[in-house]
Amino acid sequence: MLSARNLSKRFGVKRVFDRVDVSVVAGDFLLVTGPNGSGKTTLLRVLAGLAAPTGGELELPPRESIGYLGHEPLVYRELTPLENLQLFGRLYRVPERRERIGMLLERFGLWDVRHDRVGTFSRGMQQRLGLCRVLLHEPSLLVLDEPFNALDAAGAELLDETLTELSARALVVATHDPERVEHLATDRLAFA
Amino acid sequence: MNYLADVGALARKDLLLELRAKETVPAMLLFVLSTLTVFHFALPRGTGHVAALGLLWVALVFTALLGLTRAFVPEREQGLMDALVLAPADRSAIWLAKVLAVLAFLGLAEVVALPAFAAFFSGIDGRTVAAVALADVGICAVGTLTGAMAVAGRARELILPLLFLPLAIPVVVGGVGASAGAGGRYLGFLVLYDAVFGLLAWASFEYVVSET
Repeated sequence: MLSARNLSKRFGVKRVFDRVDVSVVAGDFLLVTGPNGSGKTTLLRVLAGLAAPTGGELELPPRESIGYLGHEPLVYRELTPLENLQLFGRLYRVPERRERIGMLLERFGLWDVRHDRVGTFSRGMQQRLGLCRVLLHEPSLLVLDEPFNALDAAGAELLDETLTELSARALVVATHDPERVEHLATDRLAFA
Repeated sequence: MNYLADVGALARKDLLLELRAKETVPAMLLFVLSTLTVFHFALPRGTGHVAALGLLWVALVFTALLGLTRAFVPEREQGLMDALVLAPADRSAIWLAKVLAVLAFLGLAEVVALPAFAAFFSGIDGRTVAAVALADVGICAVGTLTGAMAVAGRARELILPLLFLPLAIPVVVGGVGASAGAGGRYLGFLVLYDAVFGLLAWASFEYVVSET
């Protein structure tokens, strides 16, 4: 599924991380922890195929199998949740798009605001929509960077449930709050 | 079929964003009208038609530059290029959709600018309209590619004009040549420019937006 050996990344002379080994298959949950600026986000961007490593070997699944959530929810603020998900559903060739979008919006509590502009949403609601976008095409590898960011208690609980349900897939999750997902982790990578 | 549907969905998104934000087209309209007004008062009486046409092309190129500066703003501000390039759709569809959207915005600005030019200076013939239409295609094709390059850089407000304007020089040469009298040859030159640079931009967009 995802395999990285001796992975390193530099920005000019600045070393972000060095000699990292990662192997994630279906059913694995890799928990990535570390303080701010330790390289978690850069590693996740490399593992999602968004940035090239400076050194090492990296094997990634095809793009359509990857679901990535970054620090931003990666949705258009001038569009509605429905329009955002229809656009990404089209680009990801999601079959039975309408039903899948409806189901996700219901699940993440966004159905009633599906025609409202995302720019009017709280950051937590935008994060919920970002999660809908990530799950829309049912990726087999999920790369989630601080997925609990800005979520209220109900949203965080919903994400807990979702991550538990997704345990048959491959997950790479970076978080400042490892206690919340510790019980799901099958492997850990701690940055100093 | 999927490719065209992707382009359609992405272009529709860009048009919808502008329809709601109303930022780019009003700015382009205001800019081109202001520029033509300034030229109208700055040019001495009795200035020839050809000199005025030259200023029209200056106004159009800088109006296009204004639109191109805004082309990738939603993707840049909200980090959305990541989401777009991760999708399994062909990445050149992002470029083509942007070209179509910028072309629509520029076309709208010109629908107002050309009659305004005719009112301020002198009439516009069919050759000039054809040259403007052909030039728009080349400007949008090259400008969207350079716009995507600029988004990736730090000094993006500087990089876009520095990359785009040298590449727009042949368009101005062709445009002025076609509208100033030597029609056919320069229109052919613009068609060639559109074909060559359009193809190059389409083929190289993938490398511009992907680091991997």
